[in-house]
Amino acid sequence: MNLLEIIFYALSVFALVCAIMVLVSKNPIHSVLWLILVFFAISGHYILLNAQFLAIVNIIVYAGAIMVLFLFVIMLMNVKKDSEPQKQLFVKFIGVIAGGSFLTLLISLVKQSIPLVGKTVLLKEGSIGLINPLGKALFTDYVVPFEISSVLFLSAMVGAVLIGKK
Amino acid sequence: MTLLAFDWAFVIEKLILIVIIVLTTLLITLYTTFGERKVAAILQDRPGPNRAGPFGLLQPLADGLKLIMKEEIIPNASSKWLFILGPGLAMTASLMTCAVIPWSTDVHLFGRTIALQIADVNIGILYVFAVVSMGVYGIMIGGWASNNKFSLMSALRAASQAISYEIAMGLALIALLMTTGTLSLKTIVADQTAGHWWNVVYQPLGFVIFFICAMAECNRTPFDLPEAENELNFGYHQEYSSMKLGFFLFAEYVNMIMSSAIMASMYFGGYDLPFFDETTVAPNIAAMIGLGTLLIKIVLFVFLFMWIRWTIPRFRYDQLMNLGWKKMIPLALLNMLLTGALILSKL
Repeated sequence: MNLLEIIFYALSVFALVCAIMVLVSKNPIHSVLWLILVFFAISGHYILLNAQFLAIVNIIVYAGAIMVLFLFVIMLMNVKKDSEPQKQLFVKFIGVIAGGSFLTLLISLVKQSIPLVGKTVLLKEGSIGLINPLGKALFTDYVVPFEISSVLFLSAMVGAVLIGKK
Repeated sequence: MTLLAFDWAFVIEKLILIVIIVLTTLLITLYTTFGERKVAAILQDRPGPNRAGPFGLLQPLADGLKLIMKEEIIPNASSKWLFILGPGLAMTASLMTCAVIPWSTDVHLFGRTIALQIADVNIGILYVFAVVSMGVYGIMIGGWASNNKFSLMSALRAASQAISYEIAMGLALIALLMTTGTLSLKTIVADQTAGHWWNVVYQPLGFVIFFICAMAECNRTPFDLPEAENELNFGYHQEYSSMKLGFFLFAEYVNMIMSSAIMASMYFGGYDLPFFDETTVAPNIAAMIGLGTLLIKIVLFVFLFMWIRWTIPRFRYDQLMNLGWKKMIPLALLNMLLTGALILSKL
């Protein structure tokens, strides 16, 4: 076991523990803070896979912007740990079914992919996660979907400004 | 042992570099607080702090000692861990930026070439951006954990302000990256040193937008809505005392120095001394000259920050949001469009 594998396993354990804490925490604010740590662990995995751009964008977008909005909303709603109403059995049942089907989907995906046993770290292999190859791929092979989605984002932003103007 | 088979000299070199840079930053920050009080005094036509030591030079030490000696108060109704985490996070996030700033050219010591930059990652600027977006968590967590209405209001203000101005900042940055063609700060500075004009010549509008947004991200007046004392008592650090309060106040000054360093590197040539050929002197001397140049640029930017703070009154909150969303973002988009059109016409 070399240093990188140790880092891989440490990061994995860290990510799993944080993910479990997201679910276990009674206080929604604590859940959000644990979720931020999960994003950091995942970014660490991206770096081990030689995808620095993905890693940093994951932190900027998810940990930096979306989670701030989550915190924002939860702080404004002022959810207390005791005041959360008990969910009905029916709702819990649906939750279990939905979660279970998603787990099955993930397991089947992992089973169909290339053999993953023993593959922990891909440092200095491949370059799709670096900014130059990623930019080339986006602007040559995937230019139409990329442009359409960017117009979508721009229209969302203009829409937000327009709503704010009223 | 394969586990320990890496270049120990490299690790030690980087560790020493980190310690030196962080300590120097903290020392400079200490005297920035002193500088702020002196600049304020000059602008308001009064002597300023002049009692502790010659010219009042020991004033920051006296201030620091006072903060440390004060009683630590943790409110009973606060969530204790988050209350302590808040200021620590604010300080860490503001110090982390220094990892990608190229302080000068390489120095040669003990037969080794030492780069005066902690990490030259190929996503340099995006790293800075990620750290900046982390900075707001210190304020938010601290403000929420205090369990005080005013602190919470202030935390929410800080978060919405930071998010709004990050967008315009990012758009201004994109236009700069279109002209440089790289994200690495080291390459950006090296390109400006090697015969080209400084980037501010190509991106004047982008620089103005970036500067205003940086001021908003640092929570400096006229953008210090999170700690507007006449509306929110004292803002997000109202419940804090002793060194935890000191950390919040200190982090603001570290942020100011770091954003000055980033602006100097990206738009004003970094360690480049204009009209001076660095190759004519020994590499080590050239590195020292470069370091001095960068420090002078940082001091000038910090002075500009202070000058603005003591000249312009605070915005109202709706004015702040209008400026961010309806003026900065359209301007930044226009800047991006113009840059793109110019680059296209040159091809």
